[in-house]
Amino acid sequence: MWTYLGKRLLVSVVTVAGILVVVFFIMRVLPGDAAAVRAGPYASEEKLEQIREQFGLSDPVPVQFLNYARNAIAGDLGTSIRTGGKVTEELLVRLPASLELAFYSVLLAVAAGVPVGIVAAARRDTWVDRVARVAAVLGSSMAFFWLGLMLTFLFFFKLGWFPGPVGRLAITTQPPETITGFFTIDAAVAGNWSLAWEAFRYLALPAVTVGFVLSAPIIKIVRSSMIEVLDSEYVRTARALGVPGRQVLFRDGFRNALVPVTTAIGIIFGYMLGGNIIVELIFAWPGVGRYAYEALRVNDLEALQGFVITVGLLYIVLNVVIDFIYSWIDPRIKLGQKVVA
Amino acid sequence: MSSVSDPTRTGRSRRFVPPRIDSRAQTLSLASRKPLAVVGMVILGVYILLAAVGPFFVADPVTTDPANALLPPSLEHPMGTDNFGRDVFARAVHSARLDLTLGILIAICAMVIGSAVGVVAGYWGGAVDETLMRITDIVLAFPGFVLALILVAVLGNSTLNVGIAVTAAFVPYFIRLTRAQALSERELEYVDGAKLAGNRPGRVAFLHVLPNSLQPSLVTATLVAGWAILTVSGLAFLGVGIKPPTAEWGVMVSEGARDIDAGHWWTSFFPGGMIVLAAMAFHFIGDEFGGREA
Repeated sequence: MWTYLGKRLLVSVVTVAGILVVVFFIMRVLPGDAAAVRAGPYASEEKLEQIREQFGLSDPVPVQFLNYARNAIAGDLGTSIRTGGKVTEELLVRLPASLELAFYSVLLAVAAGVPVGIVAAARRDTWVDRVARVAAVLGSSMAFFWLGLMLTFLFFFKLGWFPGPVGRLAITTQPPETITGFFTIDAAVAGNWSLAWEAFRYLALPAVTVGFVLSAPIIKIVRSSMIEVLDSEYVRTARALGVPGRQVLFRDGFRNALVPVTTAIGIIFGYMLGGNIIVELIFAWPGVGRYAYEALRVNDLEALQGFVITVGLLYIVLNVVIDFIYSWIDPRIKLGQKVVA
Repeated sequence: MSSVSDPTRTGRSRRFVPPRIDSRAQTLSLASRKPLAVVGMVILGVYILLAAVGPFFVADPVTTDPANALLPPSLEHPMGTDNFGRDVFARAVHSARLDLTLGILIAICAMVIGSAVGVVAGYWGGAVDETLMRITDIVLAFPGFVLALILVAVLGNSTLNVGIAVTAAFVPYFIRLTRAQALSERELEYVDGAKLAGNRPGRVAFLHVLPNSLQPSLVTATLVAGWAILTVSGLAFLGVGIKPPTAEWGVMVSEGARDIDAGHWWTSFFPGGMIVLAAMAFHFIGDEFGGREA
């Protein structure tokens, strides 16, 4: 267990180093003139010189890389041109908003995708199965920005069931005292139920938008792994022994389909981290994605780079966590072995 | 579960169906065996027709006509007009040409580059494989959308750069797929045969192993064409890459988003719907022909 943990950590460190190299390569080496990209198209020669000086862009490339890597490892992702603040701090402040949205989106996707996948597998090749597969294709072909807009139009402008796209709470509402950074939990801990309810209502549309897209891979993976399990000998034995169908489906069937489902959750979390720029823009969600969007508009490459590195790091952490979940849900899997999902 | 004893439910004892030769029967059997693929092909056919000949029949996509701004859908303007009085249907048809071309070209380029690298890694193995796969893993740690986004941000906004960036984001999937296939393929006897016949390694890898390792990539390329359209239009929605006033679905949705709070839903609904329908068509085809998640 501990040697595995050490090995896993070492691999992660190598991947982190790789991420730093790739990001450095894209950000500093690819553009013809890194200063020109930062300064924008109308910058004067003096301005360019000043920016080269400020970001150390006239140093030799290896020196630039060492400076950048040293700072990044120390947790310093540079200074944002747009706000003048430290990128690391600004990202950390915004991260809980993104994570809360991600958490509820994935929760919704699992809550919807798992039952649909199971039913589709149990009623294979019937119309139920067809509908489930079309739903899965619709989800994986969905454009976040279009779905978000249409849901807002329908449920806010037309029906007025949910609040408009103005962020995590109404502009006049005081956010709860920060404990976890999740407004729904913080408000509940403080005993302020009306505030928690408000946070949920603001979460609803963005979470449904993302959750719908994310449910597609879950439906597909649950369906195919359930079909495999249902065709297995132990399920046939259970049925022959007269175990009720529902019990076979959920106790024998679903538990064994959990490993691929966990893999799917890992994949979709990574996918979600990419889509959150669009969703956070549409719903004015004050998370890291919106921060990246604002950085993008003014060529604030330091901030953008910080976002990309953060996304890469989250993905690695997530993969380690998922490895541990594997061994927890399926005792046959020992840590360090390859999971054949 | 009523049919525990029904042997056909196990899926293994299906009746043997002899192959048919008659081409009409074959089409019919494709429709009955893979109905969703046929739906996808029909949708895609309509799109390709729209993209190929549509632009000759509809109005100019960028000429503004303020007198006719924001008209709801009607016989004259089937998708209404936008804020500048441009016909939404005309713009959507012109976008079809741009987006479909981009989506298909990106999928082809990513497949060609990815499978070439993949076969090198899988066939030669060893340090070459190790290096290439480590790099691929690192690139895969970034969500494709984010990777494409920062690439366009540093390369600059142009349609070509969007193509390059989105291709780069999808290449790693093809590297992985082809490598895995090449790994098992190189153990087969025909490879030994090719070597014994005196073929140089490069020739064996690219002319013998590669064509036999392409099958999973071809399926994935179909899905990637759909995803590429989603990525390109998503970037355009954010104002990255393809810019207004170009007629592009993502640009149109982004422009239409400003009208929606006044109730003018058609300027964003139709172009966005076209994106989703196009992506669905590619997915139906890819899914039915052995669709496995990349």
